[in-house]
Amino acid sequence: MDALFSQLFAGLSLGSVLLLAALGLALTFGQMGVINMAHGEFMMAGAYTAYVVQSLIADAGVSLLVSLVVGFLVGGLLGLVLEVTLVSRMYRRPLDTLLVTWGVALVLQQAARDIFGAPNVDVRAPAWLSGAVELFGLGVPRTRLFILLVAVVCVTALALVLKLTPLGRRIRATVQNRDLAETSGISTRATDRLTFFVGSGIAGVAGVALTLLGSIGPTLGTAYIVDAFLVVVAGGIGQLKGTVIAAFSLGLLQATFEYSTTASIAKVLLFVVIVAFLQVRPQGLVSLRTRSLA
Amino acid sequence: MAALAVALGLTGCGGARTDAGSSGGSTSSGDAAASCVDTSGDSVKIGFLNSLSGTMAISEQTVRDALDLAAEEINADGGVLGKQLEVVGEDGASEPTVFAEKAEKLVSSDCVAAVFGGWTSSSRKAMLPVFESKDALLFYPVQYEGLEASPNIFYTGATTNQQIVPGMDYLKEQGKTKVFLVGSDYVFPRTANKIINAYAEANGIEIVGEEYAPLGHTDFSTIVNKLKASGADAVFNTLNGDSNVAFFKEYKNVGLGVDTTPVVSVSIAEEEVGGIGVENIEGQLTAWNYYQTVESPANTTFVEAFKAKYGEDRVTSDPMEAAYTSLYLWKGMVEKAESFDVAAVQDAADGVTFEAPEGTVTVNGENHHIAKTALIGKIGADGLIYTEWSSDEAIEPDPFLEGYDWAEGLS
Repeated sequence: MDALFSQLFAGLSLGSVLLLAALGLALTFGQMGVINMAHGEFMMAGAYTAYVVQSLIADAGVSLLVSLVVGFLVGGLLGLVLEVTLVSRMYRRPLDTLLVTWGVALVLQQAARDIFGAPNVDVRAPAWLSGAVELFGLGVPRTRLFILLVAVVCVTALALVLKLTPLGRRIRATVQNRDLAETSGISTRATDRLTFFVGSGIAGVAGVALTLLGSIGPTLGTAYIVDAFLVVVAGGIGQLKGTVIAAFSLGLLQATFEYSTTASIAKVLLFVVIVAFLQVRPQGLVSLRTRSLA
Repeated sequence: MAALAVALGLTGCGGARTDAGSSGGSTSSGDAAASCVDTSGDSVKIGFLNSLSGTMAISEQTVRDALDLAAEEINADGGVLGKQLEVVGEDGASEPTVFAEKAEKLVSSDCVAAVFGGWTSSSRKAMLPVFESKDALLFYPVQYEGLEASPNIFYTGATTNQQIVPGMDYLKEQGKTKVFLVGSDYVFPRTANKIINAYAEANGIEIVGEEYAPLGHTDFSTIVNKLKASGADAVFNTLNGDSNVAFFKEYKNVGLGVDTTPVVSVSIAEEEVGGIGVENIEGQLTAWNYYQTVESPANTTFVEAFKAKYGEDRVTSDPMEAAYTSLYLWKGMVEKAESFDVAAVQDAADGVTFEAPEGTVTVNGENHHIAKTALIGKIGADGLIYTEWSSDEAIEPDPFLEGYDWAEGLS
């Protein structure tokens, strides 16, 4: 029974990590259709932001919270620069975007290597996040609870922004029918830029959160980018709800498979499940019904 | 992405047995007229072949630094047989095929007297046929999975009976009876764990779990859950690279600790501690043959010279020390043979000793490994590793574990 609960939590936690990694991508890829291979590197930039902030602010707790904000800005600004300089020139040319952003990813990795050195760096977790809390009779790591919380806050905030704010309405209008939105007086260019800023910013936040779990090195992003795309594709392009469901489903599946087999086999099984699922439902879990998109 | 991940941690690979006896040291000069090593002048060429680019560059650059230091010292001291060493440096680029090409170039067109380098077992396996067919010499400085002994390679890192077996000896001595194995999913950890399983069976230790994570795996919650549920009282860790960070953070966060479930790691050295974070790994154990903190006059000189050349903040580690030692061992062999000739050096190799930073090491002429003292270390709060236990004496290399009854049938 213990094992069941702890695996259930492991699955949810893994799901929250996947969700954080995929959430920004759900915006830039899902809503805008831009295949941004440098998304992982924005996460990496977020992680290094946490490292830099920690070297400025000694208190690990304060610096983590500050990092979450600064990480959002750093990721967002990097995204904004990428959008304005490169991506905006190749909308509707997905293959070119893929190659160019992959190149950018390599440049960013090498830049991190040059600035921070090739060996990994370390971010200390604050004392209030170390160790485990008792929950339903089993020890749950505080860091993982915290990441779950960050993921939930990010999704909620993003959903509220999309639903309630003028910016959200503009984004949704642009996604649903770009031409019509433009005719209605919406500056789709400005909307694109803001969407990219927010999506990349969330990648930065994800990077900060991940410093609690793993290593901080130049290639941090590459470990997550494939999984992030999987989540967005399986969830259905253009819908946050799909991304959320897909992230937690994949997390739970991975944890289940990994418990009953091995980590390597679990990864294989997960891919098999996704491929099979996309055969049946190529549009993903939740699909957006629209007249303008193919 | 997958290819990148694979390249990340190939410290060990393969297990093809090369019979030391068949083409044995002394008789191999037959068609070696091809040797073009020029010893007529007052200098002699040697080759350094390490990855200076690609994923392995982080580790291999440190080995190159140590080799450069050794060459500089030897030259300042009058060279080898009165000849200055002229180093030809090449970049293996973290690619086994590049290692093979560059080895061929160093031997055939640069005409070097010996080559020093290599890190991953796949790079060594790729270079082996080159050195055997050209009848040239390679000095390989990294601990590996054993089961190999080429007459053309000298192995100055540990083989399994000098690192993994002593690691298990230590756990046994500490009264540990339930050991959990965790490793990256490739050949070195799987070979190591095969040996550990055989050892455990013969020594009344129960292996309560054996888990492998794909290279670059970032989420260890399930594996650590299994570890926690297994009731293990010790962990033997053969994880590679970044995975260690995720593993140790998870291990600490679920409330496991050194007091109850210590972890013995075989691929974490001084260089890696900083990236994992001392606070996550303080007090954990490692199995190597050298630490920066080893107390010996030779080590004091080595560490001081290294820091003077490369900076106070640099650390020295086992593979670096093994590389530094390898150049001096080659010097010893050449001086004993009074010749740079490969066959003469092979003949002279047996019994050559060097006062290395790790202690006195001796070359075994039969399998071309060296006798080394095994050290179990404890990671300190300052990020350095301190010797906790050491084998009574230097352990004779036994790459095929022929001297261990329980290992029968493994190789």
